[in-house]
Amino acid sequence: RRQDVLTVTPWLAPIVWEGTFDPEILDSAYRPLNLTIGVTAFAVGKYTRFVRRFLESAEQHFMRGYQVNYYIFTDSPQSIPQVQLRPGRRLVTVPIQKYSSWQEISMRRMEAINQHVAQVSHREVQYLFCLDIDMVFHNPWGPETLGDTVAAIHPGYFQVPREQFPYERRSSSAAFIPEGEGDFYYGGAVFGGLVKKVYEFTKTCHMTILADKANGIMAAWQEESHLNRHFLSHKPSKLLSPEYIWEDKKPKPPEIRLIRFSTVNKNYKEVRN
Amino acid sequence: RQDVLVLTPWLAPIVWEGTFSRDILNAQYLQKNLVTGVVTFAVEKYWFFIDGFMRSANKYFLAGHQVNFYLFTDSPEKISHLQMAPENHLFVIPVQNCSRWQDISRSRMDIISSYIQSQFQYEVDYLYSLDIDVQLLAHIGVEIIDALVATISSWEVTPRHEGKAYETRPESQAAIPEGRGDFHYTASFYGGSVSEVLRLTRACSEGLREDRESGVETRRHHESHLNKYLLQHKPTRLLSPEYYWDTEL
Repeated sequence: RRQDVLTVTPWLAPIVWEGTFDPEILDSAYRPLNLTIGVTAFAVGKYTRFVRRFLESAEQHFMRGYQVNYYIFTDSPQSIPQVQLRPGRRLVTVPIQKYSSWQEISMRRMEAINQHVAQVSHREVQYLFCLDIDMVFHNPWGPETLGDTVAAIHPGYFQVPREQFPYERRSSSAAFIPEGEGDFYYGGAVFGGLVKKVYEFTKTCHMTILADKANGIMAAWQEESHLNRHFLSHKPSKLLSPEYIWEDKKPKPPEIRLIRFSTVNKNYKEVRN
Repeated sequence: RQDVLVLTPWLAPIVWEGTFSRDILNAQYLQKNLVTGVVTFAVEKYWFFIDGFMRSANKYFLAGHQVNFYLFTDSPEKISHLQMAPENHLFVIPVQNCSRWQDISRSRMDIISSYIQSQFQYEVDYLYSLDIDVQLLAHIGVEIIDALVATISSWEVTPRHEGKAYETRPESQAAIPEGRGDFHYTASFYGGSVSEVLRLTRACSEGLREDRESGVETRRHHESHLNKYLLQHKPTRLLSPEYYWDTEL
């Protein structure tokens, strides 16, 4: 057990840290359910260069022993490498339109995921995780992460008081969170849950993003701001600690015993063009 | 709370005072428009407890939310007029008297599962079984609402309890081998979603029936079967012994 960190939220959602769970008990509960876990990731423009490492590391660490469908959303399907996958695991390329700016691409993710769930993945998977592609798995990511609605605590803000969370603070935005409110700052690079729940909240976020667009405003951290607004009013049923959403550049504090999923160091100017 | 275990190894929260915000949970519960039921039995001499139970439950159990109380009794005529909170309902359901108290506790599982199918599933979203011989002394609120909920027996926190009350004889369907078992749960307070409670009561009924046919009588009757079921179907939420303290200890 862990006494150095918060392991349950005030609404009784578990916060998943190394040492809080027994992987064997969870495996024995989930394996018999014959689940297929979906993963969405967007590889647009130059971001296709991250696909190989993402997939290879996922094959090593992500939901080992379970059926997995990787849905790679891309504007250049021909650039997606054919990575060797373990049995029971599939790679599906989902063609999407390329938008003019990286912010626009980022914001359209909610819409794209929502549409894809409605058309395809609701039939193929029971749980869906939406992950950033420019990241790599370093350690196991297993069924301890499964839940109705799952959000991850942003690594830059887990030890920071809520006044410093980079929520959208302009009241004209649909993602507005006033001072004094907020539970955690969740990272946009990792979220998920039951496919039905993911459908619902991606739709809500897409709506709030469109509302902002109509008002000529773009939230401080794009869809991450909208995600945070949504999860404030509709609290996640499970939280993942920053072990599941780390930034390689950051020095590792003692609370982080294991880094499971982390950013790849890159030159932002170069890849975002 | 750092002095107690607040999360099981399968990531189910263990509810202790100080671990949750009832305000946040109430807001979530209201968002979903839920109705909760309580099932309890008062047979034979136990009619005596009805008044005390209903008074305290009416005041403290999910106060402010609609609760349907389903009271099974063999002496409906002995029930004095009970003043219910406006949002609560009391349904008195007559049952037949059983000769042995072991049989009463056995048939409870049967009764609950059959009433869930014929009635309760249409009336409530969540259902909790409580022993009638309890008095609620403080608020029990929506922190108990989850898919499959069990209460840790106060046996777990008292110092001397070498012989855990599991059934260990392999002939019984409720057998749990030495060394296995996560927690010991009390049969006096358990529940969850209507579908999960149906699964649980059916499984326990079946186990009890098989034991009866092989002539085995478990040490703690339906509680043994409950514990076996919960070992194989882990609860999604646990209530600490604050929620049911056996004063006989």
